[in-house]
Amino acid sequence: MSLASSTSPSLAKRRQSLVRRASGALHRRPRLRLGLLLTGPLLWLVVAYIGSLVALLVTSFRPSDSQTVGGFTAQNVIDVTKHAYPAVARRTVGVAAAVTLIDLVLALPVAFYMAKLATRRVRRLLVVAVLMPLWASYVVKGYAWRTLLDPAGGVLRKTFKATPGYGLSATVIVLAYLWLPYMILPIYAGLERLPDSLLEASADLGGRAGVTVRAVVLPLLLPAIVAGSIFTFSLSLGDYITVGLVGGKTQMIGNVISRNFGANNVSFAAAFATVPVVIMVVYLLAARRTGAFENL
Amino acid sequence: MHISKTARWALRTFTAFVLAALYVPLLVIIVESLNRSESLSWPPKSFSLKWWHQVVHQAGPRNALWTSVRIALVATALALVLGTLASIAVQRYRFFGRETVSFLVILPIALPGIVTAIAMRSAFDRAGVELGFATLVVAHATFCIVVVFNNVIARLRRLAPNLEEASADLGADTLQTFRFVTFPLVRSALLAGALLAFALSFDEIVVTSFTAGPSIETLPQWILNNIFRGKQVPIVNVVAAAVVLLSAVPVWLAQRFTDGGTGGVSARWRLSRSGDTPSRVSAP
Repeated sequence: MSLASSTSPSLAKRRQSLVRRASGALHRRPRLRLGLLLTGPLLWLVVAYIGSLVALLVTSFRPSDSQTVGGFTAQNVIDVTKHAYPAVARRTVGVAAAVTLIDLVLALPVAFYMAKLATRRVRRLLVVAVLMPLWASYVVKGYAWRTLLDPAGGVLRKTFKATPGYGLSATVIVLAYLWLPYMILPIYAGLERLPDSLLEASADLGGRAGVTVRAVVLPLLLPAIVAGSIFTFSLSLGDYITVGLVGGKTQMIGNVISRNFGANNVSFAAAFATVPVVIMVVYLLAARRTGAFENL
Repeated sequence: MHISKTARWALRTFTAFVLAALYVPLLVIIVESLNRSESLSWPPKSFSLKWWHQVVHQAGPRNALWTSVRIALVATALALVLGTLASIAVQRYRFFGRETVSFLVILPIALPGIVTAIAMRSAFDRAGVELGFATLVVAHATFCIVVVFNNVIARLRRLAPNLEEASADLGADTLQTFRFVTFPLVRSALLAGALLAFALSFDEIVVTSFTAGPSIETLPQWILNNIFRGKQVPIVNVVAAAVVLLSAVPVWLAQRFTDGGTGGVSARWRLSRSGDTPSRVSAP
């Protein structure tokens, strides 16, 4: 006991001085500091994520009947271009585009009202009101729509005597519902940055509301719109849970991948998964040209 | 721009209508959870709390809830460390490949979920790792990093780096500067990032379905697995309603810790600005 109490101050002192020395060394070497900061996150992301993407790519060139044994085949990639698969890909892109368009049409007026007409207090409330449903569980929202759309006696049928039932249009409606906040918020942020004086200048120069929107607001808002569309498009492109819940017999890329994966047809699933990746990369490259990345 | 009274009125009505529509499905679920009937029926003929009472005694949802909470906690902790480190590096230093780092951080949520899901699953299978708690945590942490990263980097961007320089001038070493200057200034951003990361992990289903394996079931998985079991309808309704009500908590808390604005979403999704220059260049 007495020994411990007599040595611990000097030990603590030595430890402290070590920490200080290490800290001093860090201070003098910004590159070392940077290295220490980056090593963990980079290792994680490169090993866990980039490694996974590479594994996916490798898998897509494996023969589908042998998972463990090696081998190389382009058969899976060729299969993707045959049978019903191109149609599935086209349908998926069509659904993603339709969802994006619907969300845009709904989001523009809402975002405009929030940013330019609502009072400051109302505006804050509206932002929270848009955010809140975003965090309510995705599965639960899909399930809620299932009960709404049910052709046999869902809420819509009972209340309005009409429902689109389960199918392609239900898929589009529910996806548009799910991703709408992702479109509203970037557009709202873009409009908030748009100075009112520009709108006034346009009016002073004789521009009516319609002309101002078309010639001033929309061009300046384009990057924000594209930013929003990245999410509505990408999220729709890979979805399979919603399709499973309300899509009826509708097939989208996500279902095909998930079903093949479940049926131990892993290589084909991997090959088909490269389709949304390629589409998204092209989309992102095109989006970058509009300056959308600064608006995300 | 002159906006006529009619146009104003139309815009207000439209906004009210769209926002109301966002809440209709959530309200329907909450109402259905109080429906006394054993199957979905609309409108409910009588209300009761009996299904809520029953759920309390069911092991299935309770275990799934606990699993989800544990995974979200560990994934959030990992994401906090990795996201903070990466955000300080990207915001306070200028180096080759700086934009690649921000791109790497964002990639796991910029690509469709199913791609991330089967990519990670393929990697785990290939590496011979048994699916379970650990693989789920790794997968979740990977896509949660971005939330922390975006929150912290947004805060750092607004913090003048001369505070840190002043601290160094006054004799503080690197760790002291972090502990007494940087950390207190980014604390609320960390908290908001952590809450959002937790919510993101808690809610995730696509990547989860592929990386969980048969031995583990999260709450969203439990819901999805039970939706198609007719007998479970009232129980699923209660669990779904509970999840909706619970989800309001992190949003409300995060809203208090961020500085208003679009907080959550921009935090969840904002790609780091490529045109942004770091305010201090550390390397000579």
